[in-house]
Amino acid sequence: MAKKTDITKAEGDLYLENLTKSFGDFTAVDDLSLQVPQGSFFALLGPSGCGKTTTLRMVSGLEDPTAGRIRIGDADITHEKPYKRPVNTVFQNYALFPHMTIWDNVAFGLKRRGIKDVKKQVDDALELIQLTQVAQRKPTQLSGGQQQRVALARAIVNRPAVLLLDEPLGALDLKLRRQMQLELKRIQTEVGLTFIHVTHDQEEAMTMADTVAVMNNGIIEQMGAPTQLYESPDTAFVANFLGQSNLFPATVVEVDGEDLVLEDPDGSFRMPKSRMGRNVSTDRGARVLVGVRPEKINIAALDAAAAGPADGNFVDGVVEATSFLGVSTQYEVRTPGGEIINVFAQNLDSQDLLPVASQVRLTWKPIHGFVLDGRQDIEAGVEIDPDALVVS
Amino acid sequence: MSTSTGPAAGASAPVDTRPSAGQRFSAWFGRNAIKIYAFFAFVYLLLPVAYTFAFSFNDAGRTNLVWQGFTLENWLNPCGAPEVCGSVVNSIVVAAVVTAMATLLGTLIAFALVRHRFRGRATTNLLIFLPMATPEVVLGSSLLALFLNILIPLGFWTVVIAHIMFCISFVVVTVKARLASLDPRLEQAAMDLYATEWQAFRRITLPLVAPGIAAAALLAFSLSFDDFIITNFNSGQFTTFPKFVYVSATRGIPPQANVIATAMFIIALAIVLISQFAGKRKREA
Repeated sequence: MAKKTDITKAEGDLYLENLTKSFGDFTAVDDLSLQVPQGSFFALLGPSGCGKTTTLRMVSGLEDPTAGRIRIGDADITHEKPYKRPVNTVFQNYALFPHMTIWDNVAFGLKRRGIKDVKKQVDDALELIQLTQVAQRKPTQLSGGQQQRVALARAIVNRPAVLLLDEPLGALDLKLRRQMQLELKRIQTEVGLTFIHVTHDQEEAMTMADTVAVMNNGIIEQMGAPTQLYESPDTAFVANFLGQSNLFPATVVEVDGEDLVLEDPDGSFRMPKSRMGRNVSTDRGARVLVGVRPEKINIAALDAAAAGPADGNFVDGVVEATSFLGVSTQYEVRTPGGEIINVFAQNLDSQDLLPVASQVRLTWKPIHGFVLDGRQDIEAGVEIDPDALVVS
Repeated sequence: MSTSTGPAAGASAPVDTRPSAGQRFSAWFGRNAIKIYAFFAFVYLLLPVAYTFAFSFNDAGRTNLVWQGFTLENWLNPCGAPEVCGSVVNSIVVAAVVTAMATLLGTLIAFALVRHRFRGRATTNLLIFLPMATPEVVLGSSLLALFLNILIPLGFWTVVIAHIMFCISFVVVTVKARLASLDPRLEQAAMDLYATEWQAFRRITLPLVAPGIAAAALLAFSLSFDDFIITNFNSGQFTTFPKFVYVSATRGIPPQANVIATAMFIIALAIVLISQFAGKRKREA
């Protein structure tokens, strides 16, 4: 406080530097560093218990870091009290004050800071969330979606340097959640604040965020734009947690120019070196994981496909199961080498549906696949069903 | 309404299709049994109060056991009998001091038990229940032994100490229940919204826990005002209202005791009605 800069007015990018939080023997957040540019929509994505909420609570000041620093611009807020930080939170269960009207809830932060012109700002905030008509009601008289918006307005009205959202849509039903995702994105664009959104819902993170950081076991597995994470995952966890991936083990045969020649029980194939994730060894005999998204694989009956030369990589197999999903059909294909490969085929022409036990050829472009380090758990991130975790 | 089985002949004999008197009574009884039961239950509960109320108007003279005739004298002169008003004032002063102290200490204990994890928390929880579970005679006699051993003269302060001791338990239990249902994230939200610890407590926690504290205070007041057994052991020459009534029972309770009792009842009733009415107004607003 002796410093001349007023921390409550700090602004700029948010920096987390080597941030660590331990509870006894358990390390919830492990040496985490990241930079969130001012005005961006940033998502922290991960399964429950991955440390994302702990990270959020350290930024808001409700949890004291074991080590590391938190900065907003030049201001160090690592050990500041929550009420001294230019940071506001939208809590998971909204935490609206039940004994106050909606108007008083929204005005709470402004009044504590002794701001003049409270009335206009609160009215504007209520207008932004389109709830002017319920200003004099109590929180319990509002629907879940309305309460969610009030919680948002109560935080936004303070124009914080960083707005934290802790699973803000977790309590809403699916339809309302989709609607609120668009609403949140609109409001973020309108007010231009830095949003940090914590969620376990990969679709939610990808829909809204400019940048997504995938967290697991207290560390960031990978950070980047949603398309980058989806198309070029660095780890098996990211490949499995974001969408679905076919991952199968292979070994390196040689490096041939820009290509990697790989071998697995179903034969040898090529992958571009540019499609390698983190820590992949290109030594001869090194173990790798090859990944292909189910929708990037083309499936055709073997007799028809075998006529021409295969475009890129291919593997033959037998259809074990099919499920018709409307927009697409999901096939499970077993290769001679014993791998199960999932394929999503768009239903352009339903006459092309392949029955179970058909002989098929699967083809995909090498550029659509990715190569990961083979020394990691192939199942990482796979068993986690995001919607099954909502209850916990 | 159902009709009983009449002759199949039809509308020619309407009298016969009407239910018999017995059937009508049992149908009426079926509809009203709960009201009748409630009526007798209230009679059972309120008869002693009504008796006390009625006999506060008794022109009793020395003893207020037999109805001697109606008079307003007792109400116009409630302090007429020796010591009545002195003992009431004593009781009120004791109850006020006890309420203030027990509510303050009990609320603090409740906050500690609900909001903090510390060594001996489980033990404290158990100990809090002990004064409620122990028979009052045991508490009263033990306290008397204690006061005599450490040479504290019996009187106002020993009564106050004894009352605070057992009232704290009830306050803790009442406030704890309210506090346990309060989401700690509300305080965190307040601090996130620029409220200092004190502001968060004053603007969020306190208003939300206040109904529990108020209920605890009322409970403490009535427990203290009402207590006879523990008081009797530890009061020495100091007289409270219950003790006065008990002592005077041997030579005839003056009708002024009924006046005081009735007045207390009416005041308590008024407090309940006002708080209910205020609560309703607040909800509707």
